[in-house]
Amino acid sequence: MKKTSTLSMAAALMMCVVPAMAQKTASQGIDEYRAMLQDGNPAELFEAKGEDLWKKARGPKNATLEKCDLGKGPGVFKGVFVELPKYFADTQKMQDLESRLVTCMETLQGFNAAEISKTAFGRGEMANVTALATWVAAESKGMKFNLSQSHTQEKTFYEVGKRLFFQRGGTHDFSCASCHGEEGKRIRLQDLPILTKNPGDGVGFAAWPAYRVSNGQMWSMQLRLNDCYRQQRFPYPGFASDATVALSTYLGVNAKGAASIAPAIKR
Amino acid sequence: MNKKTQLVLASLAAALVAAGCASGPSVAELNALTDKIVKASFRDQSHVKVARLTATDETNTACSEADVAGKPLDEKIAKRIEEANMKAIKWPSDGKFIGDWKQGEAIAQSGRGLTWTDSATALNGGNCYNCHQMDKKEISYGTIGPSLYNYGKIRGVSNPDDPASKPIVEYTWGKIWNAKAYNACSNMPRAGHMGILNETQVRHIVGLLLDPKSPVNQ
Repeated sequence: MKKTSTLSMAAALMMCVVPAMAQKTASQGIDEYRAMLQDGNPAELFEAKGEDLWKKARGPKNATLEKCDLGKGPGVFKGVFVELPKYFADTQKMQDLESRLVTCMETLQGFNAAEISKTAFGRGEMANVTALATWVAAESKGMKFNLSQSHTQEKTFYEVGKRLFFQRGGTHDFSCASCHGEEGKRIRLQDLPILTKNPGDGVGFAAWPAYRVSNGQMWSMQLRLNDCYRQQRFPYPGFASDATVALSTYLGVNAKGAASIAPAIKR
Repeated sequence: MNKKTQLVLASLAAALVAAGCASGPSVAELNALTDKIVKASFRDQSHVKVARLTATDETNTACSEADVAGKPLDEKIAKRIEEANMKAIKWPSDGKFIGDWKQGEAIAQSGRGLTWTDSATALNGGNCYNCHQMDKKEISYGTIGPSLYNYGKIRGVSNPDDPASKPIVEYTWGKIWNAKAYNACSNMPRAGHMGILNETQVRHIVGLLLDPKSPVNQ
């Protein structure tokens, strides 16, 4: 679990930093490590890759994504991130950013959406979806979350997402709320955002995609949810499955008014 | 499959609008739809099966429902759930409650086990430090549960074998084995009941909490 990385991070700190600041406590050392993380964010590399992928003619149809409709009309990428997931009339589905990008890759570029959805995170076209999502999210930096709740499906998915958030199960009886239902809690040293309401600017739903320093990976929201479920000891949630989109709808609606800092940098 | 569920939902919504109920689906319909979406969205991965969600017990379903409603669980139902969990506690087969606190500390530190990236056969950890302070020297502890520093000392356990310590010793075993026996909707996993820890491991954890020599009680 994540505590092992917290531990190894703490251990690494002890080894490299402590001699120079012997009087400092370990928690002060950890605070300094966190401050150092803010200096540069490798997510910029993924943003640049995503922007290239948007403009590049690719796939069996050798087309770009520049006509992709992410919710505010074909080709519009500014401000779409803070309004997703939403209902799309053409697919008759609730879709989050990643699900919608895959739809565009299929309809415009001729890729096989089902195939992409089955690909492991960080591999092949899935890595490209993550880069695209990182770039599209960055284009809404500083904007406030404002998901639509006007379509029946948008309301229904919020309600289903709420039920998923509180669903206890697995070997440990955990639900999302076990960790994210109360303010001011932490696992090991990791602060846990409360997700039943707006947790504040750039916290929780407003921070992902994010670059993970501990493993050197770019994590999309789909991967964030996937790994939460893994640690919850739940079975595997399908990529862009209705459960993940409903849960995102619940988190996104609750985050209304929170400014996005995505892509963030995380330990 | 996503599409199918969503189409069903769309026609359900259309039917409701036609019937003049623009208020949307009922609680029962939303619960049924959630179950359907769970079945369609999750899959088995390695040794982690979907049944972990679909075959969960009343303890979890009743507490989840109360959480969604934002209300505490009905007292009668809570009592019934606590009684059922209490009955399910397995007490130590040899009557020995107190194990080796050193091994208990290692189990408390470990968060391994039962995820789809864990080996199906490895011994699981107890995840204790994720939520609780225990040994004061360990600064990397979580705060979801209460601090357990000085757990035994505060409760006046200077000799766990003393008959006067028996109620605390038994409660501690029971709480680790099945936390829901004492609080139906506790956030704490049921370590023994759900097979997270075996009897020997539970004994070591009880030792960590109650042995006067354990760092927890220094």
